[in-house]
Amino acid sequence: MLDELLELGDRIVGRAKEGEQLEAIVVNDRETEVRVFEGDVESFTSATSQGIGIRVINNQRQGFAWAGTLDPDVIDSTLAEARDNATFGSVDPDLKLAEPDGVPMAELDLYDQAVADFPTDDKIALALELEKMTKAGDPRVVLVESADFADSISEAAVVTTSGIRIGGRDAGSYVTSTVIAGGDDETQIGFGYAVGRNPRELDLVKASEMAVERSTRLLGAVKPDTGRITVVLDPMVTAQFIGIIGATLSGEAVLKGRSLFADRLGETVGSELLTLVDDPTNPNAFTAGEADGEGLATRRNVLIEDGRLNKFVHNSYTARRLGTESTGNAVRGFTSTPGVGTIALSLAPGTREQAELIADIEDGVLIQGVSGLHSGVNPVSGDFSTGADGLRIRNGELAEPLREFTIGSTLQRMLLDIIEVGGDLDWLPSSAAGLSLVVGDVTVSGA
Amino acid sequence: MIDQGTLENTLAAATARGGEFAEIFVEDRQSSGALLDDNRIEELSSGRSRGAGIRVIVGESTGFAHTADLTERGLLQAATAAADAARDGNGGVRTVDLSSQHVDSPSPVQVMPETVAKQRKVELLELANDAARQVGDSIAQVSVGYGDVRRRIQIANSDGLLTGDDQVKTRFSVSCVALGDTGMQTGRESIGHTMGFELFDQYDVTDLAVKAANRAITKLGARPAPSGAVTTVIGKGGGGVLFHEACGHGLEADHVAKQATVFAGRVGELVASPLVTVIDDGTMPHEWGAYAIDDEGKPAQRNVLIEDGILLDFMWDELRARAEGRPSSGNGRRQSYKYLPMVRMTNTYIANGETDPEDIIADTDSGIYVAQLGGGQVNTVSGDFVFGMTEAYLIENGEITEPIREGNLIGNGPEVLTSIDALGNDFEMGAPGTCGKDGQGVPVGDGTPTLRVPALTVGGTAA
Repeated sequence: MLDELLELGDRIVGRAKEGEQLEAIVVNDRETEVRVFEGDVESFTSATSQGIGIRVINNQRQGFAWAGTLDPDVIDSTLAEARDNATFGSVDPDLKLAEPDGVPMAELDLYDQAVADFPTDDKIALALELEKMTKAGDPRVVLVESADFADSISEAAVVTTSGIRIGGRDAGSYVTSTVIAGGDDETQIGFGYAVGRNPRELDLVKASEMAVERSTRLLGAVKPDTGRITVVLDPMVTAQFIGIIGATLSGEAVLKGRSLFADRLGETVGSELLTLVDDPTNPNAFTAGEADGEGLATRRNVLIEDGRLNKFVHNSYTARRLGTESTGNAVRGFTSTPGVGTIALSLAPGTREQAELIADIEDGVLIQGVSGLHSGVNPVSGDFSTGADGLRIRNGELAEPLREFTIGSTLQRMLLDIIEVGGDLDWLPSSAAGLSLVVGDVTVSGA
Repeated sequence: MIDQGTLENTLAAATARGGEFAEIFVEDRQSSGALLDDNRIEELSSGRSRGAGIRVIVGESTGFAHTADLTERGLLQAATAAADAARDGNGGVRTVDLSSQHVDSPSPVQVMPETVAKQRKVELLELANDAARQVGDSIAQVSVGYGDVRRRIQIANSDGLLTGDDQVKTRFSVSCVALGDTGMQTGRESIGHTMGFELFDQYDVTDLAVKAANRAITKLGARPAPSGAVTTVIGKGGGGVLFHEACGHGLEADHVAKQATVFAGRVGELVASPLVTVIDDGTMPHEWGAYAIDDEGKPAQRNVLIEDGILLDFMWDELRARAEGRPSSGNGRRQSYKYLPMVRMTNTYIANGETDPEDIIADTDSGIYVAQLGGGQVNTVSGDFVFGMTEAYLIENGEITEPIREGNLIGNGPEVLTSIDALGNDFEMGAPGTCGKDGQGVPVGDGTPTLRVPALTVGGTAA
């Protein structure tokens, strides 16, 4: 199939007129999702998503059009639309397609035939087994709201008139379980997951235990008092937090004056314990990939090193505008032009497990989950405020559960206030890895 | 879109292996967008996506498959895949005779956006950009976006239903960054309606730009938001998102069926202050969440969910309604043909009260006034919700005083609903929103008059 995508890309790019730059992105995704509920299949979805996106640069103007099909009949109309759109863009001498930059592609083994070969009955059996294990995990589990198995096989090709012609494919699978636990006159919800390239290697025990623990340990939660305190971010929360930091380090935000770190390259922006890396070439990352959205090789970029701001991420356009090189961070689907973003973030881990971190804290809060990150965090101003739940830390041990409170600070301060980085690095089903992170002087707002 | 014979054949294939219900949902979506950022027309883009989703329901199980291939061959393949996925031993040949039903759209379109010259759209972007930048030197960056979408849908099912809708939406937004001694602040304004290009006869994009710019500039002088429980006055319009989060999601029948909501089993009970009437209304003409039929072919309805504080009913899609032996409430929606429908809100609002909003503020000794809300999120199981305030002020001695910085507000849905102690008479719908649930986003509207909650927890940084 990948060859067909590349050939379709060739056909599109072959239509380029004299002096016109053309880029085609061609995508074919297949996925299945099984959801079970109380011993039965609740839904089974099998889906194929296909499409082409065409970018035209002509007379220093850019236009774009896409179509949700691989039918060669739509090439003409999509190309014509992209060309027409280009006539309305602003003239910008920096508008050019990416060109091969000599950086070799990492050779990652991201495709596992086991995903394609995994029989439907086995997918259903996995989800049913997960539901059963989760249900049996604790007598306080009232209901397994859902137990899901999902897999996907993604193939994409980028072909340009500037000499790029690359294709890649990857496959993955994961299970998730969502649990409702009940106590006296209250219920709490918890979520667990396991992820892997090969569905036969999915760790159902981990997924079920996580869901059960995260729901049951919140039972009886109370609202904490307001005050400033040390918090330990659970790995899932840390992953969301560094994802926001990553957004502030986008070359596009810097270029357009929307990054709070724009003028701070080379300066200390965080604790010396803080080293933030974006590395899509790490095969352990859920979002690992060999090429970025413009077809350049992905690469390991150290963004913050020992607290010092080292680098922003760029695609070829933002790099050209700012007089630097692309870092291989063009991100996109077939329905959009390349943006800029981090792809596979992680913090350089420390050495200690979460329990050891907690043991050193006299008074604090373990933040198990956050909500409203999209509404309460402003990556331009740095204001940070989010709903949270978790557990009180008292004299080095986990104490009563807490809910209905917020944690607040600014992104700038939180980076400086990092006290310790945990050693419990975990690659989540997201574009950032998690680990436990201790941050001081955070405002907890409750009663 | 698809002829009746092909639809009937496809439904026959979908039910060839058994099943109580089969449905084909066909969608043809055309969109166009234009973006001005950093003083440049960065991009005009156009998109087209067409396809069909087919589902087969057998007992408690749903099989679903979708395809972008709308030939009879493609549809039959998808129908077979959906039937295989649902799997029932009791096969048989079942024929379906479709009868066409038409529902008038609450939102007739005057000017199809596709007929408007692209140059006109570009001019609107430039007008807004210039207007925002003229507000003050501290406006450091402006981004302006235009978008339209035309979504034609067709639905046929094994009950014999054949129906369709043509949904046109147009939107416009302005985002500004202001730069001052204290760093950067942002301001955003957006409009969007289920209508065509006549949107711009009703709204002046320069007004929108000036509002967004002023919002960013105002916040440059904002002080840290307080922390802890404070009396909160929510301004008219966008404050409706409070109800979307505080109770809307908890009133969706799929959550109810799994007991995953604090409102399960409470119909007929007092769940809110007697001041509160909450309505979800898909028929509101031109509102962002309006349609003639939902994505299962059921006519949109005006559903009173809570009346004078008493819980009357939940929102229903076909799947949950069938299980309960009752009609759907017209709330079955999906992001696109690639997704199964779910229970979703449309335009959710709190009905008008009787108090002058100025009296509500004057009657508040100390607290905060929230003029604009961002998005929110709810845990339907515990009822705890958050939402972000993107423009807010302190209330001191009955007067709105200084602006405060952004932060989240947090509360518990059932507690907040019962504690509302003042409701204004200035009802207004808010800005267009996108509601996310289980990985699917759909357009929704929210609205409210000014109202007061005696205690919400503000997640500020001021101790």
